[in-house]
Amino acid sequence: MSSLTLVRRIKARPSIVWDALTTPEGIGYWWGPDAGPVVIAETDVRIGGRFRVRFRMLDGTEHESSGEYREVSKPQRLAMSWRWRGEDDSGESLVEIELRAISAGTELTFMHSQLRDDEIRTSHEQGWGGALDKLVQHYLEHPNGASHGIA
Amino acid sequence: MVKYERQLGKTFAALADPTRRAILARLEREDGASISGLARPLAVKLPTIMKHLDVLHSAGLVTRSKAGRTVTVRLAATPMQSAMAWLSRYERFWSRSLDRLSAYAERKEAAARRRTP
Repeated sequence: MSSLTLVRRIKARPSIVWDALTTPEGIGYWWGPDAGPVVIAETDVRIGGRFRVRFRMLDGTEHESSGEYREVSKPQRLAMSWRWRGEDDSGESLVEIELRAISAGTELTFMHSQLRDDEIRTSHEQGWGGALDKLVQHYLEHPNGASHGIA
Repeated sequence: MVKYERQLGKTFAALADPTRRAILARLEREDGASISGLARPLAVKLPTIMKHLDVLHSAGLVTRSKAGRTVTVRLAATPMQSAMAWLSRYERFWSRSLDRLSAYAERKEAAARRRTP
């Protein structure tokens, strides 16, 4: 099992960050790895409620993920199961987000965990597929090597 | 783990050179190329390409196979690269998404402050 943790300090109060994370309107502005549009955003923010988000990347491919909210403590903590739909599917994982009020606004701690290592094999079998660009990008951003990632 | 890190160091060292990155980018687009085919668009001499290929090979990034007099070079699929593919998939997705989320929330905050100074 692997996990990814990211931290952001945001100059906005937690309730605003919370709305950005949980409302379809907010999600439409940020969800996805490039400037491509979000084409579906549905959220039912309560324990047991579901979300579904579909985005189109600039290369034209569409990707969709969905899951179930596991913890909803507005505006501090959000946890949800995560699963890609279709070809991207590699089983269920867990996303946890914590918001902490700080003087500058909000510290957001993001963790995506329970990522199965067999995904690594899947990527392997599918070959590089654009990974080189990302690898080089990663190298440029982290010249001292990967200090995070595979746990 | 030490072995893994040493391999990682080799990989990053191999990637640090623009000619080698150009070779890898080319091999990513094409499934295999000959050594002379790789040298042609890069305006470097064959022995130079051979040296770069040695570095890439020793970093586990390419494989070479010989058929007759032609050596075909291909990208290697190693666990290291798979790990990177994995890492880049999730890291890129979330890192960029959270950057955009931050920018959006900061705009909303600024707008809220303008309304209630």
